[in-house]
Amino acid sequence: MELQAVLMAAGGGSRMMDLTYNTPKPLLPVGNKPLIWYPLNLLERVGFEEVIVITTKEVQKMISTDPKVKLDVKMKLDLVCIQEDADMGTADALRHIQQKVKTDVLVVSCDLITDAALHEVVDLFRAHNATLSMLMSKAHEFTETVPGQKGKKKTGEQRDFVGVDGTGKRLLFMANEADLDEGVVIRKSIMRKHPRMHIKTGLVDAHLYCLKKSVVDFLADNKSISSIRGELVPYLVRKQFSKSTNSPKVIDETHQNLKKNDSNVNLEIQISSRDEELLHLTQERSCWNDHRGDMSDAYHGGRLRCYVHIMDEGICYRVNTLAAYIEANRLAPKLFDEPAVHPSAVVSERCLIGADSIIGASCQISDKTSIKRSTIGVSTTVREKVKVTNSIIMHGVTIEEGCNIQGSVICSNAVIGRGADIKYCLVGSAQRIEPDALPFETLLRPPCLRSTLTPTSTHRSTHTQCLFKQLNRNNTCLC
Amino acid sequence: MADCGEPDGPGNKDDITRSKNEGKELTKEEKQRLRKQKKHQKKQKERKNEKGPSETEKDKTPVSLLPPPQPVATQKAPSALPAPASAPIPVPASAPFHSSPAPSPADKPAKSKAELKAERRARQETDRAAKQPGSSSSGIKTKVPLSELNPVVKRLPEHVQVDDPAVVKRLAKKLERQQIPLRSDYGYKVSLFSHLHQYSRKAPLTQLLSIPSTVIHPSIVRLGLQYSQGIVAGSNARSVALLHAFKQVIRDYTTPPNEELSRDLVNKLKPYISFLNQCRPLSASMGNAIKYIKKEISNIPSQCKEEEAKTKLLTCIDRYIEEKIVLAAKAISKYAIEKISDGDVILVYGYSSLVNNILCEAFEKSRKFRVIVVDSRPRLEGREALRRLVQRGISCTYVLISALSYILPEVSKVFLGAHALLANGYVMSRVGTSQIALVARTYNVPVLVCCETYKFCERVQTDSFVSNELDDPDDLMVTRKGKTQLENWQDVSSLGLLNLVYDVTPPDFVDLVITDLGMIPCTSVPVVLRVKNLDQ
Repeated sequence: MELQAVLMAAGGGSRMMDLTYNTPKPLLPVGNKPLIWYPLNLLERVGFEEVIVITTKEVQKMISTDPKVKLDVKMKLDLVCIQEDADMGTADALRHIQQKVKTDVLVVSCDLITDAALHEVVDLFRAHNATLSMLMSKAHEFTETVPGQKGKKKTGEQRDFVGVDGTGKRLLFMANEADLDEGVVIRKSIMRKHPRMHIKTGLVDAHLYCLKKSVVDFLADNKSISSIRGELVPYLVRKQFSKSTNSPKVIDETHQNLKKNDSNVNLEIQISSRDEELLHLTQERSCWNDHRGDMSDAYHGGRLRCYVHIMDEGICYRVNTLAAYIEANRLAPKLFDEPAVHPSAVVSERCLIGADSIIGASCQISDKTSIKRSTIGVSTTVREKVKVTNSIIMHGVTIEEGCNIQGSVICSNAVIGRGADIKYCLVGSAQRIEPDALPFETLLRPPCLRSTLTPTSTHRSTHTQCLFKQLNRNNTCLC
Repeated sequence: MADCGEPDGPGNKDDITRSKNEGKELTKEEKQRLRKQKKHQKKQKERKNEKGPSETEKDKTPVSLLPPPQPVATQKAPSALPAPASAPIPVPASAPFHSSPAPSPADKPAKSKAELKAERRARQETDRAAKQPGSSSSGIKTKVPLSELNPVVKRLPEHVQVDDPAVVKRLAKKLERQQIPLRSDYGYKVSLFSHLHQYSRKAPLTQLLSIPSTVIHPSIVRLGLQYSQGIVAGSNARSVALLHAFKQVIRDYTTPPNEELSRDLVNKLKPYISFLNQCRPLSASMGNAIKYIKKEISNIPSQCKEEEAKTKLLTCIDRYIEEKIVLAAKAISKYAIEKISDGDVILVYGYSSLVNNILCEAFEKSRKFRVIVVDSRPRLEGREALRRLVQRGISCTYVLISALSYILPEVSKVFLGAHALLANGYVMSRVGTSQIALVARTYNVPVLVCCETYKFCERVQTDSFVSNELDDPDDLMVTRKGKTQLENWQDVSSLGLLNLVYDVTPPDFVDLVITDLGMIPCTSVPVVLRVKNLDQ
């Protein structure tokens, strides 16, 4: 077996708590399919037959019991549960399943929606015998207005600095702005070997990694690394150029003393394989070199190599913020060929459904409704004379007559009263909007769960801007 | 040479020995006849000097007609026959011609060349029939007699028949049966080479495969990728990488129940070989290595246990690499160093791992020489050769092949590497090698070809068209200052890009072949092949 797929679905969705406080992130509906369906579909299309899914018990229960969550994938899913409150990072999760990992792994995150050609990433991994191979994409500006936020936001999202060589494939440098004190520091050893480096900042990391088995074993020995993206990847990228990896003296020593506790040396032992002499002979006789202009052999004699495939075109989104979620909903229909209107939906003839809207199963759309550029979830009821534009309506929502919903996200099981005019709002799960309410750019959700949420800046800002106070009849603030 | 090489057909030995004997007898006969006719001719010439020039001209043309048909006829046919037979043929050809104007000097030889040929042929047939009645006429130059000698019809390999839709369909069916995707050709192919495959590097075969490859062993997929991207290039490197991958396949192999390892493993290897062929056409050295492995596998006795059989195979592979590649390189270096003297200026072309090895060893044995590295686009492999030589401390000069004739007056020897040595003594090597050999011959510079014996191939080829490899045509595009002139070459209907990989050098331009068996002339290659066949 060449590669094993591991799907990380235990994340909490900490950057969009408004959506995920009730529904776990892997099961958020995007285009009326649970978010986890997209990476699973990607793996299935490419030809995987088995996937190890690392998730929480709650998600596992919902997958097995909830009929609305239908994962119609033909692959065999091996669900591994971890405790929700254990606060495990992605690397910790990999360490947890170390026993199941028998070959090189392909780690995918559950919030990845992409139509990338995976063979590009895996070909880099195979051809150059790389230790790490990852996927990145040019970031696209989000064009949709995000409900609950005044104007176009530009939160100080920490930039990622990614340095690649002249071919654009070899990963030379990776650092996050948060880890850098004053400026970008590049070691001389890198510059000596790769005098030309292109540093890019506008890239989205797809969180798709091909890792050698030796890296997983290395993680098992080094319990200090807890996140793949945050710690393991920068470590491996730095390790490519460290002196201890490349000096032949150290490599000889490692072959002799197999029991050393030094983490550097451990990685080296595990990288070397059988028939090393034949591979060395091949490289010696082959006339290929990955760089020109200096006297060193191919790969500068380094045994640890990290590669990246940067996508120029195509869809690649990580649904971990509200803006990304909305954007993904717009584009998700392009990724699968199902009909826009589900056959089991009851749609009356006198309603106007735009071409880029999706109607879920068992919906009831009454007369004189207009639905444009929106997604209507499963088992939703939409009464007469409702106008829904640019919105996402999840499952089990009831929208009474005469409502006008624009640019909003209505979570599952909410009830929108008659005549409500909702613009750019996010209505939480199982909320009730009173009839004739006029919320504008607000986030509406129950306060009781706030204690478990990590306060985000968006939450605080909208709390002070809440307009709902004036409109509620019962005089209770729902923000 | 008394014993020239023999073809592969086992039953044809008798016919061939007989025809060779006939040939020799014919030469003696014809020589006697020739002497008589020459005496006669002299008397004629003394009488009529005017017609002399015109007759000699006409003498030459029928003779020149004879050599061309020979190479066309010999595809898989015995190469030995044309060689000794070609000598006597021009002689009897000219002889009857001389005899024809002799009796009738008055009428100009207005007969057409075809008629003259037919006359000559008829005369030869009758002579031969008179000599040995009942024997089948030996095929000298025509195709029909040759096929009588070679009743076994050899099929052309599929990779040189791409313009034949029936063959392509057959190949597609075979690949489908083996569950390997078919790689589609790319771009416009120049008409002379439309019978060969032309693939694009940007469309790898892996995009049609499932990612955790189950049908094909992962190490073979990796190898195929490395071949098609050029990461493993060069005859020796490719063979070693192939054997390394086969070792991993054998390690991971388990015999299914009710099957024998000797038969099942060979069947398992066939789809892998087709896959590698699709990624990049197999080289002659790889072909020989595969033949060796298949033979070793089928020679495993059936009562051998699986573990034992596997270890035996693995040691066989290690031994093959050690003997045929590593030790052969050492032996060749030893012979070649004798040929390098102090003060030499050695010219090398492109990158040949063997020639590089020789030069490095010679430098270590403190021979004083300098090297001129000749390079050519689009591969520019010479840069890698240059780097390795300079790294050792050898003083080098670097030129492109267009400067060859300017630099050759300085050169004392030319060392060339080979991709394969063909059974008729031709050297198949990187495109441009024949140019180097030709120009070197013009300047009377000795040309030495270094080649291990495992690259000797039983194929016969006299031109670079029949069997070659077409590389990605997009490699010929050069981007300077962000502009690529040939960017839209596909849109121009009258433009075709041709990127050839190999060419053949005739043995007349090669002075010596240095192999691990010693230093042999180019024409001894068939002998080596025969000896090798007897050994194995």
